Amino acid sequence: MTIRLNGEPYELDAPVTVSALLARLEIDPRRVAIEHNLVVLKRGTFDAVLVEDGDRVEIVNFVGGGGPGSTTP
Amino acid sequence: MSTDQLVIAGRTFGSRLIVGTGKYASNEIMARAHEASGADMITVAVRRVNISDRSRESLLDFIDTSRYFILPNTAGCYTAEEAIRTARLAREAGLSSWVKLEVIGDERTLFPDNEELLVATKALVQDGFVVLPYTNDDPISCRKLEEAGAAAVMPLGAPIGSGLGIQNRHNIEIIVEGAHVPVIVDAGVGTASDAAIAMELGVDGVLMNTGIAGATDPVAMATAMRLATQAGRLAHLAGRIPRRRYAAASSPVGGTVGA
Repeated sequence: MTIRLNGEPYELDAPVTVSALLARLEIDPRRVAIEHNLVVLKRGTFDAVLVEDGDRVEIVNFVGGGGPGSTTP
Repeated sequence: MSTDQLVIAGRTFGSRLIVGTGKYASNEIMARAHEASGADMITVAVRRVNISDRSRESLLDFIDTSRYFILPNTAGCYTAEEAIRTARLAREAGLSSWVKLEVIGDERTLFPDNEELLVATKALVQDGFVVLPYTNDDPISCRKLEEAGAAAVMPLGAPIGSGLGIQNRHNIEIIVEGAHVPVIVDAGVGTASDAAIAMELGVDGVLMNTGIAGATDPVAMATAMRLATQAGRLAHLAGRIPRRRYAAASSPVGGTVGA
């Protein structure tokens, strides 16, 4: 199955929880925020939300920036 | 100065200088500049995690979040929808429901799109955010943002990163006179005198990034900006003398030798 992860196609064998996806990507869940199919996930729900074929997942964190244009997307 | 504090949405800040986290040569220099600036609010951007390269250091390793209040921003957003999504993500990532709201209208000028900004401000205020919108030096835009529930208004002094200083002092003064929320000059400050001028005009604070991060010695410039912000505030409170076109002697007129 294929999901769209941060705008790019990403292959998975089977549906996984958000927590499992983060573990697979070696991302510390305390440092990020997640949007799943345009819904921002509450921090406590990463274990419960399942990522399935065709889903869109955005994983973001904080980076340096002062104002518009000081960092590029 | 301890009794003269910046209060936004009921929260008190000891410093009237707010600083950014972009464009520093290293995270270590950034941390030292933050220290030197005396700021207690720091703004950060929100971006996609780099999935393929996880080696990069985390910004928050270099900011003591027990000491600094983190103000996430929506830098790089060009529509209200993008800005609202980004603000909601930032709230979950972190540390507060405050957002420095930026909706940009044009890549070359980075001027705000005030129409989209107003839409996003209304939506986020309704959603419980403390919204600090970055806007033009336009009193009407500022008034509308305040009416929409903005906790402060942040007019630009000049385009982002331009270092041109306060381009329209009269507009900033009109904004200050009309506002019932704090006014923070955000963008355009190039050197210490620009920060002092902004504060002398009566604004409640100054936000800057490039002016410090882009200086040859960012730590020294951060110190200069701290002092200039304080000096400008003091001068504002002290009440400057009126401007006049001709001299007014400061020594007694009579009693000179040979009179």
